[in-house]
Amino acid sequence: MAVIAAHRPAVEEVVSGQGYWAIAWRRFKKHRAAMAGGIVILLFIAAAVFAAQLTPYEFDQINLYNRKAPPSSAHPMGTDELGHDVLTRILYAGRISLTVGFTAAFVSALFGMVVGGLSGYYGGWLDNVLMRFTDIMFSLPDLPILIIIARYIGGRVDGIIFVLSVFAWMGTARLVRGELLKLRTQDFAEAARATGASDTRILVRHLIPNSLAPVIVAATLTVGGAILSEAALSFLGIGIQPPTPSWGNMLQNAQDFIWTTPWLAIWPGAMIFLTVLCFNFLGDGLRDALDPRLKI
Amino acid sequence: MQRYLLQRVVQSAVVLLGLSLLVFTLLVYTPGDPVELIAESNPDVQPADVQRLRQYYGLDDPFSLRYLKWLRALAQGDFGYSRTYGLPVITLIGQRLGNTLLLVGTAFVIAFLAGTAVGVYSALHQYSVADYGFTAFSFAGLAMPNFWQGIVLILIFAVWLPLFPAGGMATPGVTAGWPAILDRLWHLVLPVVVLATSGMASWARYMRSSMLEVIRQDYVRTARAKGLAEGKVVGRHALRNALLPIITLVALSIPGVLNGAVLTETVFSWPGMGLLLFQAVLGHDFNVAMAVLLLLGLVTVGANLLADVAYAAVDPRIRYG
Repeated sequence: MAVIAAHRPAVEEVVSGQGYWAIAWRRFKKHRAAMAGGIVILLFIAAAVFAAQLTPYEFDQINLYNRKAPPSSAHPMGTDELGHDVLTRILYAGRISLTVGFTAAFVSALFGMVVGGLSGYYGGWLDNVLMRFTDIMFSLPDLPILIIIARYIGGRVDGIIFVLSVFAWMGTARLVRGELLKLRTQDFAEAARATGASDTRILVRHLIPNSLAPVIVAATLTVGGAILSEAALSFLGIGIQPPTPSWGNMLQNAQDFIWTTPWLAIWPGAMIFLTVLCFNFLGDGLRDALDPRLKI
Repeated sequence: MQRYLLQRVVQSAVVLLGLSLLVFTLLVYTPGDPVELIAESNPDVQPADVQRLRQYYGLDDPFSLRYLKWLRALAQGDFGYSRTYGLPVITLIGQRLGNTLLLVGTAFVIAFLAGTAVGVYSALHQYSVADYGFTAFSFAGLAMPNFWQGIVLILIFAVWLPLFPAGGMATPGVTAGWPAILDRLWHLVLPVVVLATSGMASWARYMRSSMLEVIRQDYVRTARAKGLAEGKVVGRHALRNALLPIITLVALSIPGVLNGAVLTETVFSWPGMGLLLFQAVLGHDFNVAMAVLLLLGLVTVGANLLADVAYAAVDPRIRYG
């Protein structure tokens, strides 16, 4: 990590003995919105993990004697048209949404690193082909195509994660390529080559680790984007299928009862909004802490 | 320049052809049988009819033959018939395209003008209360799922305060003259607000950072130093240069705008292309889905081409690079 500290002469903050990550953490702590976003996300993760302990109900527990009940102490968010406890469903839906968001961000970051890595390191015709492909993927209207692909997935979570990743790696690929173009001619890369290291070793050991900052920032923002996309597909009725709860399909359901039970529409949407907002704050703070010159 | 232009046009045509093949493949192998769908919904359909329909639609032909047939018809300007509506696809699109353009166009103009104005103001008053307020608004606008925003607006302005219609595009019976135009505008308000919010948020952010970069440049300082009025410095020197990178972003923003249109049209039952596509995919209306997707692809690829050419026209490094 010393290499990074050397080629990024961070202005006044260079204190002897402090590494890149310690400096980044100090900068990150000053970003209040990002800190708040991070804390809220940790709370949401905890709530999703301990959903079973936090609520006495099951997410698919129907109670036909207590349908469309307004919020009360027994049901803080009310009940839906089948008597499900809405809070319970919100918690379990959080599991799905956060899983989809994190996994899609991770998988798309991997895709992006592979494409951007090959492109930036080898250059030439390979770079040309890969970057034109990236341009094309960028210019496609993704939601209309996802609507068609969704018919194949039939609501399977792993399938949804995969297709969302397929449409989310392009930003990372461009960033990694840009970083590699800068890094590959620098002294430490030349030195590694002079010692006889293979291409793979130079890429995996030296170049990729040094271009991780933009990947981390882009991946954080992708978590929010993927949660939003999953919610959109589920809202259209072609994403996660009931009885498995997802914030998107809860919202679709609520639309039918908006005249009689408006609270059903408030909670799931507010959760999507808050979660995406927090990830965007977090990404913003990480960018300022890791590499303020990044244009994301 | 001509060579570059030709190269980009050919490239765009290849992309569109590839897109058509991809979408065609996805639609052909979509789980579910369109003829079975017809047979299920109509008890009078006999097994012999099913066979006849399969033959009529060419469902049993090999894939390559189906694609080539479709391409040949397309080359002759024939998009085929809609199975659901029993109308030529071109007629159907003719009815819907204008509705989408009205919705998307209005929202885009409002979002772009308001967003760039907010962005410029924020940049010129960096770290002021207004700047923080607008930044907060931008973050909120970008994180807001537009389908939820649509539902909340319906809840507030159609259910609780019945000021606007909850959906649709026109009141039945109001067909001509000024009342019809006003009625259309009245139906337009809520969906336009939804579509314009996220657009405005992102234009404000782009414009703010572009403007912040430009006003630090030497030529802006020079303009100030020679005693030019602040309005002229901003309007003549800074704004024009700050807008340049923004123009190319317009093309890049189009896929996002189309995504927004699909969702907004669904929430508000706005009879446009997005709703048409969604219903066509669900209803196995092959020709309609194919035509709408190709049209959406044409719009995005065309916009990208236009942006690249415009950029090459102002930046010689790209032309000859």
